[in-house]
Amino acid sequence: MSPRVTLSQAYRQGLAEEMRADPSILVYGTDLFERGGHWGQVRGLGDEFGRDRVRNAPISEAAMVAAGVGAAMNGLRPVVDLNFIDFAFGAMDEIVNQAAKVRYMWGAPMPLVIRGTNGVAGGGAQHNNSIESWFAHTPGLLVAMPSTPADTKGLIKSALRGQDPVIFLMHKLLAGLRGEVGGEEDLVPFGRGVVRRPGRDVTIATYGVTVSRSVAAAEQLAAEGVEVEVLDLRTVAPLDLELVEDSVRRTRRLVVVTEAPRHGGIGAEIAAALAESLHGELDGPVLRVGAPHVPTPHSPTLLAAATPTAEDIARAVRLAVPARAA
Amino acid sequence: MTILDRQSAGGASSPELAPLDLTGVDRGQAESWLASMSLIRQFETVAEPLVMAGKIPGGMHSAIGQEATAVGVISALAEGDIVTGTHRSHHVTLAKGLPPREVMAELYGKATGSLGGRGGHMHLADVGRGHFGSNGIVGAGLGLALGAALGSSVGHRGQVAVGFFGDGAANIGRVWEYVNLAVVWQLPLVVVCENNLYAVETPYAQVTGGGDIAARARGFGLPAEKVDGQDVAAMHRAAAAAVQRARAGGGPTFIESLTYRLGGHDVGDRETYRTREEVERWRAAQDPVLRLAAAAQLAGLLSADDVAAALAAAEKAVAEAVEYAEASPFPDPGTLLTGVTATDLRIRSNP
Repeated sequence: MSPRVTLSQAYRQGLAEEMRADPSILVYGTDLFERGGHWGQVRGLGDEFGRDRVRNAPISEAAMVAAGVGAAMNGLRPVVDLNFIDFAFGAMDEIVNQAAKVRYMWGAPMPLVIRGTNGVAGGGAQHNNSIESWFAHTPGLLVAMPSTPADTKGLIKSALRGQDPVIFLMHKLLAGLRGEVGGEEDLVPFGRGVVRRPGRDVTIATYGVTVSRSVAAAEQLAAEGVEVEVLDLRTVAPLDLELVEDSVRRTRRLVVVTEAPRHGGIGAEIAAALAESLHGELDGPVLRVGAPHVPTPHSPTLLAAATPTAEDIARAVRLAVPARAA
Repeated sequence: MTILDRQSAGGASSPELAPLDLTGVDRGQAESWLASMSLIRQFETVAEPLVMAGKIPGGMHSAIGQEATAVGVISALAEGDIVTGTHRSHHVTLAKGLPPREVMAELYGKATGSLGGRGGHMHLADVGRGHFGSNGIVGAGLGLALGAALGSSVGHRGQVAVGFFGDGAANIGRVWEYVNLAVVWQLPLVVVCENNLYAVETPYAQVTGGGDIAARARGFGLPAEKVDGQDVAAMHRAAAAAVQRARAGGGPTFIESLTYRLGGHDVGDRETYRTREEVERWRAAQDPVLRLAAAAQLAGLLSADDVAAALAAAEKAVAEAVEYAEASPFPDPGTLLTGVTATDLRIRSNP
């Protein structure tokens, strides 16, 4: 393993390695060439690869993504960096009606990566949307939500060797998270989650920023005698339901955790899938922890109330395992 | 009514028919344009009643009247160049060389269609042949052409991409995002606005601030001109210059084709938003197929027999296309989920 790098650096490493190996990869977005992106996610790549392959673009999300779709049909592997995934709203037709449907309607590969920073932090309602379920709900798209530098690097490398449009979501609060990363051929496949913490009493299925909060909740609960298994799904399309089912067959209890609003989200999909497949093997209802149904507020006190915490997760787990919590 | 009927009704020799300058056009070129435009006209003429008869599902938007724009522009392209079209794109599709029988079978939703029945009339495409999609979303096709031009530029492929869109799309913001990016990145793109005067039922003049689409384009810093879209030779000349500029690294060009759809917006359109007289005026003076046929004969490039032969060939090809589509099987419903993604999404089905 390598020295510890931040999640943003891990992304950059993965992208740079793939760009060296594959001249068809290019990356563009606003403030990329000189600044290296708002999180330094492509810092230095301009100098290495030049203005043809690291491009500054106007603030034209529709044009950036449309250009990515057409370029992917014509031999390139574009990485469109939208900075904030919230800006994808300006390119929703290009993502949903174009990129996602090219393979099905027209039979052509669509090796397009759309990177965005996602998740809830400061900055208010319009820069803090959690919309992974929108993309996952759209047939034709893949959605990555890594929680570690190693997975970030491994997943971007997989995305850049694949044939599908990928929405690549990197959480704002994880940008500086440090960890070891794999080498040039250490790819993380889409649709394969991992067990972050083994446990026998209850399963937490989660992804992205709430993985570490779930692990923190699990540590608290261990002190209370409850052993929680924490699953990091890593991608929400494909969604590794088999991993969740394997775990729940052992623990017989499931709590699903998302930072996104509970209503209509990925957590609801997991809960419904498990209700269909493992109804008789559950010792209790599947519980969901997620944000309340509210735009992300600005004020710190309101923001805290709108954001699922380790405490919220621990409380749900205690409800899921009443006998032990008693 | 077929074009042959109109021909025999005196259309080609109508004194009202606007002249057309064929200077520098040779016999082969005229013959090829007429063949392509006749094929489109015949295809649309035959397909429309098939929609009404329920043979072609999902409706269709006929390009009757707009043949010269597609044929003039696409005949200026080289093998390997790329086009994208609008929801009204049978003319672009046939001009790009997709076999009529595959296109007709696609309209029918048959397994033998260009896209195996996955696309239909609004989403015709053949990526391998350089047709990067007709697009059901107004203005969206231009964006894909922009991307194709980016692919050509970065991949040093030497291709030019042409994106068609309509006067309706000229009021969609993203269209101008596409134009701007093509200018900023100096991409080999030819932007063709088919201004046929109506966005579905809305007259262009009623909803277009400033009233001049080409002038808007000039504001983005690219050459822009208005061309008689009923004149295949004029469209070809304008496109050839734009293609040459693009291929030489001179960046994008904007062409506003002043055209007219002689039919309704879609099959079954009752056309209450324009007068019969207006349509008849255009039909008498500005039918692009008849204008070419008349001018080519006047210039001595084609004989009356040549014209009749072109029309007969179009009728034969379209009749065969219908036969092929009729005889073809529908896709197996078991293939429904094939090809959504290359990666297995492992989505579960109904119990």
